[in-house]
Amino acid sequence: MFSGAEVIKFQNVGLRYGLGPEILQDISLQLEEGSFHFLTGASGAGKSSLLRLMYLAHQPSRGLISLFGQDVATTPRRELPALRRKVGVVFQDFRLIDHLTALENVALPLQISGTSENEIKSNVSELLDWVGLSGQMDNRPPILSGGQKQRVAIARAVITRPKLLLADEPTGNVDDRIARRLMHLFEELNKIGTTIVLATHNKTLVNDFIYPRLHLQKGSLHIYKSGEYNWKAELGHEELS
Amino acid sequence: MKGKIILPLTGDAASRYVPWFIAFMVWLAVLALGAVLILSAHTEQWRNDLTGNLTIQVPVHGEETNPETEEDLNYVLSLLRDIPEIASAEEIPRDRVIKLLIPWLGREITSGPFLLPIPRIISVKIKPKVNLDVERLWERLNKKISGVQVDDHQVWLAKLFALTDLIEGIAFIILLLVSIACVATVIFATRTSLNIHSHLIDLLHIIGARDEFVAHQFCRYAMSLGFKGGLLGICMGIATFFVIDLLASEASSSFIIPLTLSLSQWACITAISLVTPAISAITSWVTVLKVLSRVM
Repeated sequence: MFSGAEVIKFQNVGLRYGLGPEILQDISLQLEEGSFHFLTGASGAGKSSLLRLMYLAHQPSRGLISLFGQDVATTPRRELPALRRKVGVVFQDFRLIDHLTALENVALPLQISGTSENEIKSNVSELLDWVGLSGQMDNRPPILSGGQKQRVAIARAVITRPKLLLADEPTGNVDDRIARRLMHLFEELNKIGTTIVLATHNKTLVNDFIYPRLHLQKGSLHIYKSGEYNWKAELGHEELS
Repeated sequence: MKGKIILPLTGDAASRYVPWFIAFMVWLAVLALGAVLILSAHTEQWRNDLTGNLTIQVPVHGEETNPETEEDLNYVLSLLRDIPEIASAEEIPRDRVIKLLIPWLGREITSGPFLLPIPRIISVKIKPKVNLDVERLWERLNKKISGVQVDDHQVWLAKLFALTDLIEGIAFIILLLVSIACVATVIFATRTSLNIHSHLIDLLHIIGARDEFVAHQFCRYAMSLGFKGGLLGICMGIATFFVIDLLASEASSSFIIPLTLSLSQWACITAISLVTPAISAITSWVTVLKVLSRVM
């Protein structure tokens, strides 16, 4: 499934906020194109911080990060938007824009990249239909349920068919049926070459979908191949609910 | 959704008062610019009226009807009419001279204890494009009649031009300060809005928006604020001119210059309403790009 091209590479990356302690320590990882990884760890272990580094919202305190083969530290600021457009992000708190409709929220990445109006409308309508929100297109986030917001957020992240999808608890607010459906959407994207990192607390999901796992514990990263880990023996049961 | 404002800037408290502030500044600018334009037009008219004209005062000897005075006057007139550079030389009638002096010296100059010896005044027109030696003319006249004064109005004109230059300078300083105040206000409002919407701007960046995309959002909004403020300020300015003109015409004093503007001058003033949106938009654009250049 992996084609071998490097999508993300971290070398001895550390991150601290201000003068506080290091949230992430000596993170080294390499994710290849077309790979699918779960990102796990207890609350506060640094999953969101690691994802923020991956989607270039933060600079590391130390170490090197390269995205799609480009060293982020030496990439000119003007070239960062082009890199970011290859990355889709699903935020834990959705981060939808309240005064825009569901359709407009999902269309935002396309609008930013300068896609034509007709193309935007047909693509967005199709995707919203697929995630079961065809009847909510003109509704604004404040009147959507948590699960509906989640699906809008996911649709916004995948609308541009990103090369890398980073999802922070994308199934946290939906029932099992919708969660599985969303997982199948991620798998479909993965099959067409999208590299996926999915942060989750959902043990069932991790057990049911056999993918390698990036596990954060006390700021350090442990990488397990699919089926390699034992929840209770290796990591303790408490980190997954 | 094309052209939709993504950032909810219209709800920002900081930018709510910007159009009113710009309107006040534009109002000041309109008054300053209007004053300069009116003054410039009248100065030019005064210059045209006085250039090529001389006023010669022939002193009187005792009574007004003294034959010696008449003799002096006739001498001066005949001498002037013999000079080839002079087109005409006519005495200004005494009644008209008195009428011109009354606003300055009062009605008592013609009667009562303040009766003044009013000199005989000759108005001289010089032929166009010729150079008359005024100094030499004065010397020739004074050889025969002591106390004759030749006034080519240069001293008065010089003072007038100095005064108008000063007023123009002050008006342009006002315009400059008004522009600076507008720019500072837009910078402040833009920076405040950038802080208020930092989470959305952060989101747009993560999605892949360039700084220019964000700047465009602010730029369009600032332009609309500038346009509203400019239009309001122009209306207030024009209304003020009409009120002042109305009050001036009711006062009907000869000292107040009429506040009339030509079509091109009105166009110049109303152009401020085009300048304010442009200044607002450019300021906002530059501010956003400058602030965003400091974030990742």
